[in-house]
Amino acid sequence: MTNNLFEKFKNIRELSILVIIIIFSFILRFLTPYFLTYNNLKTVAIGLSADGIIAIGMTIALISGGFDLSVGSVMALSGVTTATLYAGGFNIWLAVLIGLLISALCGLVNGYFIGKVGLNPFITTLGMMGIARGVAYIITEGAYISLYDVSNIFSSLGGGDIFSIPYIVLIFIMIACFADFSLRKSSPLRKVFYTGSNEEAAILSGINTQKVKLYVFVLTAILAGIAGILTLSRFQVATPTAGTGAELRVISAAVIGGASLKGGEGTIFGAVLGVILLNIINNALILLNVSVYSQELVNGVVLISAVTLDYLSHKSK
Amino acid sequence: MEEKNILKVENISKTFPGTKALKDVSLELAEGEVHAIIGENGAGKSTLMNILSGVLQADYGGKIFFDGKEIKFNSPREAQEKGIGFVHQELSLCPHISVAENIYMGRTPKNKLGIINFKKLYQKTSEILDLFDSDIEADAIVRNLNVADRQIVEIGKALSLNCKVLILDEPTSSLNNVESENLFKIIKNIKQKNIGVLYISHRLKEIYKVCDRVTILRDGIRIDSLDVEKTNPEILIEKMVGRSISNFYPEKSKLIKDVIMSVNKLNKKGVFKDINFYLKKGEILGFSGLMGAGRTEVARAICGIDTFDEGEVFIEGKRVKINDYNSAIKLGLGYITEDRKNQGLFLKMSVRENISAASLEKVTRNMLIRKSTEYVNGKKFIKKLNIKVSDIEQKMNSLSGGNQQKVLFAKWLNIDPKIIIMDEPTRGIDVGAKAEMHRMIRELAESGIGVIVISSELPEIIGMSDRVIVMHEGKITGEVSNSDITEKNIMMLASKK
Repeated sequence: MTNNLFEKFKNIRELSILVIIIIFSFILRFLTPYFLTYNNLKTVAIGLSADGIIAIGMTIALISGGFDLSVGSVMALSGVTTATLYAGGFNIWLAVLIGLLISALCGLVNGYFIGKVGLNPFITTLGMMGIARGVAYIITEGAYISLYDVSNIFSSLGGGDIFSIPYIVLIFIMIACFADFSLRKSSPLRKVFYTGSNEEAAILSGINTQKVKLYVFVLTAILAGIAGILTLSRFQVATPTAGTGAELRVISAAVIGGASLKGGEGTIFGAVLGVILLNIINNALILLNVSVYSQELVNGVVLISAVTLDYLSHKSK
Repeated sequence: MEEKNILKVENISKTFPGTKALKDVSLELAEGEVHAIIGENGAGKSTLMNILSGVLQADYGGKIFFDGKEIKFNSPREAQEKGIGFVHQELSLCPHISVAENIYMGRTPKNKLGIINFKKLYQKTSEILDLFDSDIEADAIVRNLNVADRQIVEIGKALSLNCKVLILDEPTSSLNNVESENLFKIIKNIKQKNIGVLYISHRLKEIYKVCDRVTILRDGIRIDSLDVEKTNPEILIEKMVGRSISNFYPEKSKLIKDVIMSVNKLNKKGVFKDINFYLKKGEILGFSGLMGAGRTEVARAICGIDTFDEGEVFIEGKRVKINDYNSAIKLGLGYITEDRKNQGLFLKMSVRENISAASLEKVTRNMLIRKSTEYVNGKKFIKKLNIKVSDIEQKMNSLSGGNQQKVLFAKWLNIDPKIIIMDEPTRGIDVGAKAEMHRMIRELAESGIGVIVISSELPEIIGMSDRVIVMHEGKITGEVSNSDITEKNIMMLASKK
């Protein structure tokens, strides 16, 4: 009976990660009392929100059988566009809207070439990764753009909080909950599962997989754009180097959370836990005074360990 | 003429779980002889060839003699080294590298440093290619060759291994007439070199062009071996099909009503031509023909999965324009694919999700899937079709072939179809499930649905169909109904003798 329960438990990926996070936090608490303080947790939560929002889109892209390498660049482009327009005299909200539209456009291009033309997602989004980053550099000429006298509401998105919860974290949680619910319940997102699970069979079930892929890439890009704008609000400055490396961090997180590069599998909850795990580990390294240079090394080890464990536990069945 | 047997097979049997694919089959192949092996699908031809080429091992008891010595192959490589070359129906060349590297793959001549000696490689390749009178260059990239030339490369590869026996599996299936004639010339050249050829084909005409002897298999048993000169196609067909048809099929329909669909002058260049037929409510219309006759292509075109050049489709008297598959589904037209695993099912997903895949809108309201509706609906089909699952949330890949097929069935019943086209509905499922599937198909028709069954198994076509349309090379060659539905009649139309 206990064995049975253990078996069942082992097969729910999210639960095993949750347990790892809890055990890890427990150990950390003893190593450094500062870890479980409000301030530290708040910093960690704010820090992971942007990646978390991007991870939501990435998970959906992974489920559809693709992935999006351009999210980090799109995040930078949306922030830079918004800041530049604001500096040029636009209303901040109009600037935000245009920033998001530009992001969506990047996604539309990705989706068009992947869905309609049929190019490989790796190549297409690798190209877009360069294009979006390049445009961000051209707009800023490589410099930072600071926001001055921006509206309070806008700056509180990234910096303010309500009932001691930062708005940015709240926005992340709301998007995550909505996406998790939609992924389980909504008909359009069910089609994403069908497409990723077996594209040929999806086509032969009357599902327009070209359209599905188009929407998926528009969605990942918009979420990356939102992350870019929240980051702009948080730092009050737009840099063309924002979000560098985000794509790989976020793919790692989603895969740790149970998404498969082969498509058809993955949950938002899992991806969010993946993001949390990676960020707590990085936080621990900082608190324990481990050199920042070893962060990426540790992330790599965690990714391979998590996926290996999962592979072994499924293989033994 | 003194004849020496290069290959002799004595009493070979092969048992697979549940079936005996070969029973005590014997065969003799002389040097320089072209020996045809014929039989229906499932007669045991490919099992026999796979045993001779080391892919499968025979049951204990039979013997194979090669060049006078008893031998046993444990792997394809062993058979290849001994001198048995096998040219598969689906060619297995590497498209991105040159002809020479394909022929001498893994055996390329090297210099002392281990670097490929291209000069020698091309020279050796040219010697092989000269046997064929072809203008293929040794350094041509395989991808740029046409199918016929690729076949030559494949045969060249077998010859380069100094094979004494060459097995050709349906070598003309993807060749046109001119290319086929060319192949026959090549086979005659090979004969001159005292190589024994085993020639597997569906096309009786070819046997009279190129073969010396013919062995007929049926249900895993060797029926006869004859000199080709002393036979005629009628005799061969009789021997191939002469089985009494089992009575396991459900009774034929008495409820056939008005026409539900008619297809008028459907054309697609190079694929099918002038396709005209109608389908009635409550009827099972069989589509018979050899592989590649164009049956699947016609079905896919009608459903809007592939395009066609011209023609009209009428459903319930109204002309319909089907632009994509989704609009076909909306009209109540479902197509159940032949390749269950690759084209039909979502193996990593649950039974429930598979059943709703083609009719999501039925369980969706305001973009949200009503899980309870979906659940109840799925349960209904599980009960109706007697699908054996432990739980509706069970993943598809843990189900047996027969149950997977039933889920696929449920997925299409779920669209409330008026017409269902089934492509090879019972391929790869066991005998018991097959009978159950046949009964279900009949029940489906009785409920007023028009059913088209595409099948390569003649007994299935004959046992199930109220009327049979036979296709050959993209054209309808005839239609038989009632007591005219016999294996002999269908085979005549299908091979268009």
